[in-house]
Amino acid sequence: MNVMSKDVDSAVTEKISIRDLKFFYGPTLALKNVTLPLFEREVTAFIGPSGCGKSTLLRVLNRMYDLYPNQRAEGEVWFDGENILNGKQDLNLLRSRIGMVFQKPTPFPMTIYENIAFGVRLYEKLPKSEIDNRVESALQKAALWGEVKDKLHSSGLSLSGGQQQRLCIARTVAIRPEVILFDEPCSALDPISTAKIEELIDELKNEFTIAIVTHNMQQAARVSQRTAFMYLGELVEFGETKKLFTNPSDRRTEDYITGRFG
Amino acid sequence: MALDLARYRRRRLRSTITIALCWTASAVGLAVLGFILATLLFKGLAGLSPKVFTEMTPPPGSDGGLLNAIAGSLIMTAIAILVGTPIGIFAGTYIAEYGRYSKVSSVIRFINDILLSAPSIVTGLFVYELMVRPMGHFSAISGSVALAVLVVPTVVRTTENMLLLVPNTLREASSALGLPQSLVIRKIAYKAARAGIVTGILLAIARISGETAPLLFTALNNQFWNTNLSAPMASLPVVIFQYALSPYEDWQRLAWTGALMITTAVLTLSIIARWLSSSRTQQ
Repeated sequence: MNVMSKDVDSAVTEKISIRDLKFFYGPTLALKNVTLPLFEREVTAFIGPSGCGKSTLLRVLNRMYDLYPNQRAEGEVWFDGENILNGKQDLNLLRSRIGMVFQKPTPFPMTIYENIAFGVRLYEKLPKSEIDNRVESALQKAALWGEVKDKLHSSGLSLSGGQQQRLCIARTVAIRPEVILFDEPCSALDPISTAKIEELIDELKNEFTIAIVTHNMQQAARVSQRTAFMYLGELVEFGETKKLFTNPSDRRTEDYITGRFG
Repeated sequence: MALDLARYRRRRLRSTITIALCWTASAVGLAVLGFILATLLFKGLAGLSPKVFTEMTPPPGSDGGLLNAIAGSLIMTAIAILVGTPIGIFAGTYIAEYGRYSKVSSVIRFINDILLSAPSIVTGLFVYELMVRPMGHFSAISGSVALAVLVVPTVVRTTENMLLLVPNTLREASSALGLPQSLVIRKIAYKAARAGIVTGILLAIARISGETAPLLFTALNNQFWNTNLSAPMASLPVVIFQYALSPYEDWQRLAWTGALMITTAVLTLSIIARWLSSSRTQQ
């Protein structure tokens, strides 16, 4: 894959800067002073054993945790000059700029077309023809157009798991966010669908800043430019993917990627 | 090691006895049900004629039908559903969505459970004190209110349960697109739970269409055609109650026919509800 051959661009800008982030589930500390940047138009992968806090970290970035009581974040997350942990942050606007794709495919109980058009109409008033275009281009970006173009008006639930996940990606892409968060997007999919989604993520990074949580280290190595290894709520190591996987500087990272624990 | 065959035979014998007992119990239950339905059909069909649907409840000894009672039941049930359903859906939505983690919700849920299992005669007395006494007379509107009070807890419960069945991942996914909570509920959660909520409403209709006690204290009865909501109104259950207890054979016949009609209506509603909820699980 091209990741190994291409060097990481040194002139990248920080899209999101996480500083001293702590996260609490009730009294339990789940993230301990995490500081790291997400660079614009790059894929940053988060790896680590279950329960290390990587999904938690992702859910801070679009304030998903706000849906639940007793969950709380401390510290700073800067996104375009604003600290999104700030109480004044409008969550709906934030989430329209930082999209998220989940572990399990979650198509809405409506047609394929509506699954995508629905989100678009929420923020933009467009004529029907324009919406049609947006739906088509989103499906094309999600490499799904060829498979569904003749059944746009059948239910999104009628698709296979892999197609449903690409529909969810299309839905997210259609509202033109700046950042897309992937929370183990392939863990419920077969290898062929997984390969498709990985290719897709590689494409999408030309337009979007991407963060992906994965349990699959090969996947992290394949799709990302930078990788963060987390363990027990701590960020152990963060750096260029190539370096982290070939020459990790922390002993725990080395143990994890060589399969000695985790 | 040799098998203890005696032990195995005892085991088999016990199993056979248990199965036989289960069969007997089911047979007895079904036989009683079958007997009730057969009696109802036999006696009810005997009195069924076009007159039932075209004429008013008669004085003893003369010809008549159940038209005013049928109309009364339909009117009062319709008003009760129109009043009770929105309240029930809103309250259920609050408990399941906005107030899912709040203390108020557990209090509401607890009170709703009490309402759900409260004897309907208590509801009748409550509305009697609340409306009939201040108004000074029985009325169709107080009957509708009494029935609405019975509708609310049923709808609250089913709405809440159906919304809780909507997976949280779906809520997260829609919030992640930037949907405000009101739209997440209206466009996503209601859509996913629609069949279940409609089923709840149908079951509420089925429940109130057979209620007698709350109507005895509120709408009472009326021998004549009446669409005036502030006057007493006839209803099928009350007419059945009155006629079945009467010594007149023609009244008793009409009571059987009325009972058959209610049973058929409730059965139909239950079948539709069944069908709706099974089509939901197939989704």
